[in-house]
Order: sequence, then C-alpha cells, then structure tokens
Amino acid sequence: MGYEKFNTLKSTTVPLTIENVDTDQIIPARFLKATERIGFGENLFRDWRYNADNSIKKEFVLNNDTYSGKILLGGKNFGSGSSREHAAWAIYDYGFRCVISSFFADIFRGNCLNIGVLPVQVSPEFLETIFESVFKNPKTELIVNLNTQKVNIPCLGISEAFDINEYKKENMLNGYDDIDYLTNIKDTISEFAKNTPL
Amino acid sequence: MSKTLFDKVWDSHVVHKINNGPDVLFIDRHMVHEVTSPVAFLGLKNRNAEVLFPEKTFATADHNTPTLNQHLPVKDPLSANQLKALEENSKLHGISYWGLGHEKNGIVHVVGPEYGITQPGATIVCGDSHTSTHGAFGAVAFGIGTSEVEMVLSTQCIMQPKPKKMKISIDGILGKGVTPKDVALFIISKLSTSGATGYFVEYSGEVFREMSMEGRMTVCNLSIEMGARGGMIAPDNKTFEYIKNREFTPKEDKWEKAMKYWSTLYSDENAIFDKELFFDGNNIQPMITYGTNPGMGISISKGIPEAKNQDSGVNTYLKSLNYMNYSEGESMLGKKIDFVFLGSCTNGRIEDFREFAKIVEGRKKASNITAWLVPGSHKVEKAIKDEGILKVLEQAGFELREPGCSACLAMNDDKIPAGKYAVSTSNRNFEGRQGPGSRTLLASPLVAAAAAVTGEITDPRTLY
Repeated sequence: MGYEKFNTLKSTTVPLTIENVDTDQIIPARFLKATERIGFGENLFRDWRYNADNSIKKEFVLNNDTYSGKILLGGKNFGSGSSREHAAWAIYDYGFRCVISSFFADIFRGNCLNIGVLPVQVSPEFLETIFESVFKNPKTELIVNLNTQKVNIPCLGISEAFDINEYKKENMLNGYDDIDYLTNIKDTISEFAKNTPL
Repeated sequence: MSKTLFDKVWDSHVVHKINNGPDVLFIDRHMVHEVTSPVAFLGLKNRNAEVLFPEKTFATADHNTPTLNQHLPVKDPLSANQLKALEENSKLHGISYWGLGHEKNGIVHVVGPEYGITQPGATIVCGDSHTSTHGAFGAVAFGIGTSEVEMVLSTQCIMQPKPKKMKISIDGILGKGVTPKDVALFIISKLSTSGATGYFVEYSGEVFREMSMEGRMTVCNLSIEMGARGGMIAPDNKTFEYIKNREFTPKEDKWEKAMKYWSTLYSDENAIFDKELFFDGNNIQPMITYGTNPGMGISISKGIPEAKNQDSGVNTYLKSLNYMNYSEGESMLGKKIDFVFLGSCTNGRIEDFREFAKIVEGRKKASNITAWLVPGSHKVEKAIKDEGILKVLEQAGFELREPGCSACLAMNDDKIPAGKYAVSTSNRNFEGRQGPGSRTLLASPLVAAAAAVTGEITDPRTLY
C-alpha cells in the first residue's frame, strides 16, 4: 500500500523548543474518537494552539506566521507517552514530513517511520545551532537528504549525519511499508506458528 | 551462550532476521481496544486481507466507555460509533469481543491477566503503551501503533529492531506505607521519562520477589513512563499459582508442557545486560509527583526541587511548575486537593481497592473532595463487593463506578475540570491528560485514600 516517498526535503522549519513533548500534547485523547484517518491535523497541539473557548493562543509557535515549513523542530525526548499513532498522523496531516530532535521516544519514532514522517535525531549541539539560526532568520532552510543521511544548514554551510536502519531507509525512499513485506512471507510465518509453545 | 530472560523470549519468537534492519517477531497474544484499532481494520479492508489467527486476538472496550449507567446506550455519538466499529470488526473477523456490559469486560491490561490470556514467555502486544503491564508474568509485552495493529491482524507479526537490555535490581525491605507504585515512581524519578528509552527492562531483586502479582503488574505497567519499551520479571511459583486454572491457561498435559518452557525463563547467571542499575529498597518513601511528567516525583515529605538543580531544560521545568501553579521549594504536604481518582491499568486491581479501604475505613470522605473509584474490570468490581470492601467505602461516603479507563485519559465524561487538583493512581500527569487544564498528582492508592479523607496531601503513614 505504502505512502508518499521521501527522498530529499528542502524546507523552512517550525521551532518548538519545549522538551519532553508527550503525545497527549501532540493530540489530546478527546480527539481520538474517529474511525478513519481523517482531519487529525486540525487538532495537532490542540491545547497549546487554542484556549478553552477556541480562541487562538497567539504566543504558540504554530500560530506565529513568522514560522512555517514541512520540518518540525522539537526539544529533547520528543513524542513520549501514549503509543497513539494519531500523534504521527496529526503531524503528517498538518503538513510536516520530518521532525528533527536530539532524542525521540521509541514508539513515536516507530510510528513516524511507518507512516512516512522522517524522524531525524541530531546531536544536542547541532539542534541548538538549528534553533539559533531559525530564531535569527526564520527563513532559514534546511536540507534533509535521506539518501546521504545528512541534515544540511546551507546558510551556515554545515551539516550533520543521522542514523536510520537500511531497511527503513529503503522503505521510505520507495514508499514501501512493513505490511507488504510481511504479507510476502506469510507462508513462513504460518509454518513458524505451528511450532510455537503457547 | 548465557542469555537474559528477555533474550530467551524475544529470540525464540524471531521468524526472520533482516540484515541492518528489524526482526520479524511472532506475536502470541494480541489485545485490541476501540481507540487504536478502527483504522487498522480499515487497512485490512482496503487491502482485502483477512485476520490470520483470529483466536490469538482478544478485543475489549475500555478507553472510551462511560463509567456510569453502562446499561444505557452510549450518549456521545462519536464514542458510540467507535464501540460499534469494534463490535462489528470483531464479529466480521471472528475475534472474541468483550464489549460494554459483557461480564468479562474491563481494562485490556486488567482482563488479560485475569483470564489467563497473559502467560509467561509469550509475546504480547496491544495498541496501548501500558501493554508493558503483562511483563509482570515474564512475557515480552509492549505497546504498538495502529500500523502495527494492522500487521498483527493480517500476519501475526511485527517488525522491530531488538531493544537493548537493562536490569534494575532493588534489594531491601519496603517500609510501612511504601507500595509498588512508590517503587515505580521512585525509579522513574531517578531515571527521568527518557532514561530507559531504547531498552527493555528486567526488574530483579528481593523487592520484586516479595511483591504480589498485582504489585508486579503496577511496576511493569509504569516501565513505559521511563521510556522503556517494556519491563518484565522472571516468573516464579507466585506467577504459576496466579495463572493456574484461569480460563485461557493451558490445562493438564498442556500445562505440564508449558511449565517445562516456563521453568527455563530466567536470566542466566552470566547473562550480559547493556546497563545495570541498583537501588536500596529500604530508602524508598511514599511518593507523589508535583509536575507534568511522571519523572517529576519526590518523597511525599520533601519539598519541590529547585530549577537550578535540574540537569537541563530549566525553561521546560519552570513551564511545568507554572502549569501546576506550584513554586520551587514548597512542601507538598498540606496542599489542597479537589479530586481523587482510584483506578486505571496501573492501580485498578483488587489489591489497590483493599489498600484504599484500609485508610478510609472508619473515616469520612472530606467535603471538598470529589472521588471517582473505578474498578479495572467487572471481576475486580465483583471482588470489591464479595470481600465487603464496597460496604467500607460506602460507609465512608464513597461510591463505586463501573469499569473502564475513565479519568486516566479522560476520553469519556470523567474529566477533571480546568485548574483543579487530582490525586490520581493512574500513570500520567501530562498537561490536560485528565481533562483540559486539569492538574494531576500521581501517587499510590494509600496516598490517594489519605487525600480523600483529609482533603489535602497527607502522609498515609500517619493514618494507620
């Protein structure tokens, strides 16, 4: 089935410096009642974007016209807490294709990779450099190259490499997904199942 | 070669290894609930796929269900629609479904062990991060996303890189008023919410050996709150006694055969962990959280730590205190509380209600407190009645609600109002977790009971 292929992304960014952003902030539980994957972007960071009366919280970065782009910058330990894939869907549906942080929670990272959002983990120093450049000039563009596994800040002429396992990299470059892979080895799985002890 | 408990279970479930990629891991038991499954079932439909092993998947409704008047139709149309979708999907694919009103209904991580679905040495997944609970039985159990729920439905496998291994050992004797919840909050306060990210944890030592199965479930449940994929404890006689003769556990010859496998489930003497941590159980005190993540916990009699003593993230720390309307250095004892929530997959089992009753017996609920007491399942609810606990609770001015996840994530009507303080036995104190603007203080059932009868944060050790 797959998703949109990811190769190189050149974009400005939206900087969210807060650390330990949990998936309840990314999308609160009361917005998880849908039975289809539609419209989650509207409620991305709902309670940080809107007041209780649905008026806009001007100070929140997503409401600041200065910043836009397909790359979300997040503080350390991004995506902790609940396993809700809706958090990754909301980020995708809002228009982001990549999240850059210095540390990701495991389940969130996996969910992103499964739906075509690239989680890019950089060093704390490099993340700081990106934040500084973006705050200095909100038009700062980054180039995320999945093939070479590098994030580049062209205006500074510096880049940093990031890790991703070969299998997931191939998947994202080609828009493949795990279910297609597993479906192709179903016979092996059924054979394996005959000998499981439980 | 020496292996850890985790290695033994994981390795024996690897169907296929991919070079520089994840393992294809076979899943023995799959638990499903209404919130993270509908899009997975939709994916099956779009691919024209079947459920490969429907007998290995179990569905229950819990996240989005009311805890009052469950015999009536669900009022919220979106919630009702989600429950209907799970019922229809289960029926279509031949999956057992324990919906609202079913005698086996309850929180997915409470009913799994109750009916013997949870077994040592099994791989268990669910679209819920607290699936780590089942590790208490020596299972490799962890939460997955909806894409993976679809993978398990259609192929009974997921694809994940093998995590690193961490051992957390705690010896010593827990003092009066110190519960498994306090042990877990203590560990998380030491490791932070990301301290175990990338690891699968094994808990070992005297403290866990002495712990009841319910207590072990509480500890393993909270593994995810320090970032771990899961946590587990080697099965022992206590484990086998607990699961024996439950509906889905093997019987007779099959039991003997399973016991042969289960008796191999321990970490070999020379097994190597990527990280080992040791704590002294004698030093753990009743704990409470003061901030907006589960790592922000302290001994109940201590003051709120100062921002300057934080390793990093001072702004995030101050934002958190600001949300709680607390200040650095303040004492937690005596702080006014508005709500008390007893329940959830962390502390919604019979032992938790026994502990709560121990404190409230012969006392009265404080007039400023609204208390929501929500059993984890109908089985827990029945035990509360059978053991006479309900009478104790009612005499103290409390009511019992019907089972479900309830105010732990506040998807249903059980929402703590904005600005109000709740002492909660659940697992997350994130901003707005228990309702928009709500302020959560995580603690044990004893601390919750002490707050419920005094109206403020009170050391439970002073009450019994």
